[in-house]
Amino acid sequence: MSKGFFLPLVSVLLVSHLITAYGLLDSYVQLVLMYVGINIILSVSLNLINGYMGEFSVGHAGFMAIGAYTSAILTVRMFPDALAPWLFPIAVVAAGVVTAIVGALLAIPSFKTRGDYLAIVTLAFGMIVKSVLENMDSLGAARGFLGISKYTNLTWVVFWAMAAVWMVRNFIYSSFGRGVLSVREDEIAASAAGVNTRQVKLFAFTLSSFFAGVAGALYAHLLMFINPKMFDLTKSTEMLIMVYLGGIGSIGGSIVGAMIYTVLLELLRPLGIWRMVLMPIMLVLLMILRPRGIMGLSEFRWLIPSVGVSSKGAKIVQDDAVGD
Amino acid sequence: MLQLGSIYALIALGYTMVYGVLQMINFAHGDIFMLGAFMCFFSLTVLKTSLGQTLLISMFGAALLGVMTERFAYRPLRYAPKVSAIITALGVGMFLENFTLALSPYPKHIPSVFNGKQLVMGGLTMSSLQVLTIVLAVGLMIVLDIIVFKTKLGMALRAISSDAAIVPLMGISVNKVVSMTFAIGAGLGGAAGTLYAIAYPVIDPYMGVMVGWKAFISAVIGGIGNIRGAMLGGFILGFVEVFAAVLLPSTYRDVVAFSLLMILLIYRPYGLLGRPKTLKV
Repeated sequence: MSKGFFLPLVSVLLVSHLITAYGLLDSYVQLVLMYVGINIILSVSLNLINGYMGEFSVGHAGFMAIGAYTSAILTVRMFPDALAPWLFPIAVVAAGVVTAIVGALLAIPSFKTRGDYLAIVTLAFGMIVKSVLENMDSLGAARGFLGISKYTNLTWVVFWAMAAVWMVRNFIYSSFGRGVLSVREDEIAASAAGVNTRQVKLFAFTLSSFFAGVAGALYAHLLMFINPKMFDLTKSTEMLIMVYLGGIGSIGGSIVGAMIYTVLLELLRPLGIWRMVLMPIMLVLLMILRPRGIMGLSEFRWLIPSVGVSSKGAKIVQDDAVGD
Repeated sequence: MLQLGSIYALIALGYTMVYGVLQMINFAHGDIFMLGAFMCFFSLTVLKTSLGQTLLISMFGAALLGVMTERFAYRPLRYAPKVSAIITALGVGMFLENFTLALSPYPKHIPSVFNGKQLVMGGLTMSSLQVLTIVLAVGLMIVLDIIVFKTKLGMALRAISSDAAIVPLMGISVNKVVSMTFAIGAGLGGAAGTLYAIAYPVIDPYMGVMVGWKAFISAVIGGIGNIRGAMLGGFILGFVEVFAAVLLPSTYRDVVAFSLLMILLIYRPYGLLGRPKTLKV
């Protein structure tokens, strides 16, 4: 991380901690901010697969579900009650790790299939996770998992959102991460040029699912109640909308997309059911007027490391980009 | 079993035809199926039509709807990146679901059209409804097969799916063919909606989601873009689901269906009747 980046990050974290500790913001506003943060984690991690690697994953809600249930089992069933609040970070990381392992397994079909067919594999994965959870009586089956304590606060959400943005950004702009982009542009040419495409895909899926798991853990401990229906296809669709609204292949786009989508849904709440009619219309109009999304393959300058090629691959960004 | 399979097959045809022509997964198709069921409800309760008229109304209505979604949502995106078309399709699907939900918040109950007559053939017992569903579905598929393989429209359709770039140069109006494809596909979806609504008489705005995905799976099993493959895939999936429900608790039905899909895709990514595409470098 460049030096110029460090101070803003720490101060944002500090501010969010103060807000949590002293209740500086209305609790409703805090809640919305937390949703925004969780959605940023989700859309940034999904963008890694869908935007940067050019695959079409529809199973992200499945990863989220695994993370949510893993963390809930840990804090409710495994950890002693007195220690659970302190061990919550461990539960979040563990949720991420378990999800990452599953994500790595799901990367295996991606070695052989691409495009629409891989999309269906991920879709099937999401459905299988949901159905299996619905059948597990020990986890509450379709009734859901009750009795989760509220450990998620704004500080944790902000911390993990920044971690996700930071890790994905550093990965994408590393020389190994370049391989991800090369897979999107032309897989055969990439492997001919010496990119180990399998390794790249494995890593991208692992990283992406790790953060989806983390987001699931935060989500579970924010709502204090989870059931399999929360992680169905609608959830995955929601994430896709955030990613494509913001623009594929752009971390900044994912952040903007998640913010706009979440806040807009909240603002339109007075419309009741009609907001769910209005949202898709706006989405379709956006796609027609601006098919690449709001940011569409371009990036905020502060998200581009000091020396490197921009995500368009054409222009070299000099070291004044971040203000080192 | 055959009944469920034939409904899946009818919907799968809509997916596969659109995919064949535009290389696009029309995620709104499941919701067209749902609207077909709602149109069936509307014409049975409000217009008090007979079964035949109901079927025609919902087929025609669904076809109109399919053409309209293509005209207003997909056509402007014909040359845009493929993902934006897919997202648009998801958006159209959400719109149709939520719009229906806003208009009709409670599940609707379809009045029964049939008295449960049982037919015994050999050792098999079937209700007359099941027989009718299967006969109608198979009839529609035969008609479609004739359209696709024997008429000029079908020839144009197959031409576009084999080489979309050259077809307009041959003086064929791509827009017309695409509109017709959507009309036929959506019409079959509407027919499936009616048949489904009569067989499982409680309908709600989200019923199209799961059935739509299952039909999509059928299309993929058969090899997406392949019309006969979609029919085969539908029957296979219906068969597997019913058998899974017999052998395992019925809640495992979806798990089995989707696991089957995943295994198939790993070993035969282009479907049963599809041909593997060789990638030229």
